[in-house]
Amino acid sequence: MSVGMLLFFTFVLAILLGFELISKVPSQLHTPLMSGSNAISGITIVGALVAAGTTDDETIRVVLGIAAMAFATINVVGGYLVTDRMLRMFSTRKDSTQS
Amino acid sequence: MTTETVVNLAYIVAAVLFIVGLKMLNRQRTARAGNMISGSAMLLAVVVTLLSQGMDYTYIIIGLVVGAVIGAIAALRVAMTSMPEMVALFNGFGGAASLLVAWSEYEKGRWLWLHEVPGPVAVVAIVFAIFIGGVTFSGSLIAYGKLAGKLAGKPLAFFGQQLLDVLIILGAIVCGVMFVMSPTSMYIVFLVLVGLSLVFGIAVALPIGGADMPVVIALLNSCSGLAACAAGFVIDNTVLIVAGSLVGASGLILTSIMCKAMNRSLKNVLLGGLGGTAGTSAAVAGDVKPIDPESAYYILEAASSVIIVPGYGMAVAQAQHAVRQLAQLLEDNGTQVSFGIHPVAGRMPGHMNVLLAEANVPYEQLVEMDEVNRQIDNIDVAIVIGANDVVNPAAREQENCPIYGMPIINADRANSVIVLKRSMASGFAGIDNPLFYRENTRMLFGDAKSSIEALVSQFKE
Repeated sequence: MSVGMLLFFTFVLAILLGFELISKVPSQLHTPLMSGSNAISGITIVGALVAAGTTDDETIRVVLGIAAMAFATINVVGGYLVTDRMLRMFSTRKDSTQS
Repeated sequence: MTTETVVNLAYIVAAVLFIVGLKMLNRQRTARAGNMISGSAMLLAVVVTLLSQGMDYTYIIIGLVVGAVIGAIAALRVAMTSMPEMVALFNGFGGAASLLVAWSEYEKGRWLWLHEVPGPVAVVAIVFAIFIGGVTFSGSLIAYGKLAGKLAGKPLAFFGQQLLDVLIILGAIVCGVMFVMSPTSMYIVFLVLVGLSLVFGIAVALPIGGADMPVVIALLNSCSGLAACAAGFVIDNTVLIVAGSLVGASGLILTSIMCKAMNRSLKNVLLGGLGGTAGTSAAVAGDVKPIDPESAYYILEAASSVIIVPGYGMAVAQAQHAVRQLAQLLEDNGTQVSFGIHPVAGRMPGHMNVLLAEANVPYEQLVEMDEVNRQIDNIDVAIVIGANDVVNPAAREQENCPIYGMPIINADRANSVIVLKRSMASGFAGIDNPLFYRENTRMLFGDAKSSIEALVSQFKE
């Protein structure tokens, strides 16, 4: 199997896994799920690292790299923080009497 | 072991942690830990990538610091009522990052590929990453504008809109094929592709109305994952592909849940089907019976069970804290209180739940639609706060009604119904709501927050 085929294989399996994982989420958690998975899509930061880590000093690549890095970092840092902030608020009656 | 092996093994660990973290987000008990696990997976992926050879850290640090500061400030300062636009914006930034990653690879490849033939996978993936990333970015910016009230929330349908969509898609396909055939020869084709993707995002998002935003945000969420996935094919990186696909798939599931909750197809939502069909409402029988806070108080005071059905109006009036206070007073009075929440109430999936959680409403009191409808016949009072279409019995009863078939919360089946509403204006769908004219319905007119506060002060007297 070629490398491309292997990547495609991984892709198909991951898509199916995603469908299985999320098929039954209580609607109360839809927003944190969405912002939490949105933070995961910030994984493109790995690509941004590769882009911004360029060693050739071609201006356009430097600009694209820095911009990609900034956008991806906003997505990652902002996404995880905001999700945590929301989830902290979801407390059961038991939790709130304890705290 | 070579560095490459270590990096790849770490990517596998990160992928597994993403899967575990996402699974844990499914339950309230484990959700917060799940989010942290997925966050540590991200950290791991970033750290091992930094260790790979031949990197210059200067530009990385600039981008990282700028992004981290903006992201942290935005996340910690945003008000819960502004959460929909914040999520939309973050989605868009993820899409933009994926587009830029693919672009940067192309800039590198343009010179490289003059000497060696590029792999077909990478070239095709660049087209996809650019297009999906671009659509996600511009579409999210439009969604942000609408949600933040900077753009008109109304559906902006224009003549020839569908034709325009088709033309853009055709143009993008032509550019994509030309690019794949000969990636190095025509830079302009690449730039046109970038432009078309951005225009397409705007053209698709602009005609969609405010109440359909839950579907749009869920869909854009899915797109941001797929864009990351395409970027993974571009740079030949498995962790991007796995994590991106997970998000792509979960976003699609959420999109279909939202569509089902409105009994509409995705196509219908994207083409802005609703709104154009307004005005077909059948004649509504009965009179509107207004009520003052004092009489409403007497009804509530005598009730042994109350269900509160919030809608977007509660978010607009910022009434969630007052509502929580009222619920507490009712409980102290011996009344059973729960909140009945429709999946598409508000402007994003789960919007009402977040607001009520912010106001310290316990998780157990947030009840899903199906559960509410099972209990509703035995409920004394249903209080409808700023919700309209999601409690419209016409969806159940009038076959010619545009929202016929949409699952609703059957608030009309409670013994009595108190509707808090600013005026008699119809909801987003522009349909008259027979609930307001029912024998067992009383209308408490006014701003939701002041009405609730009036009720609260009645209780305190």
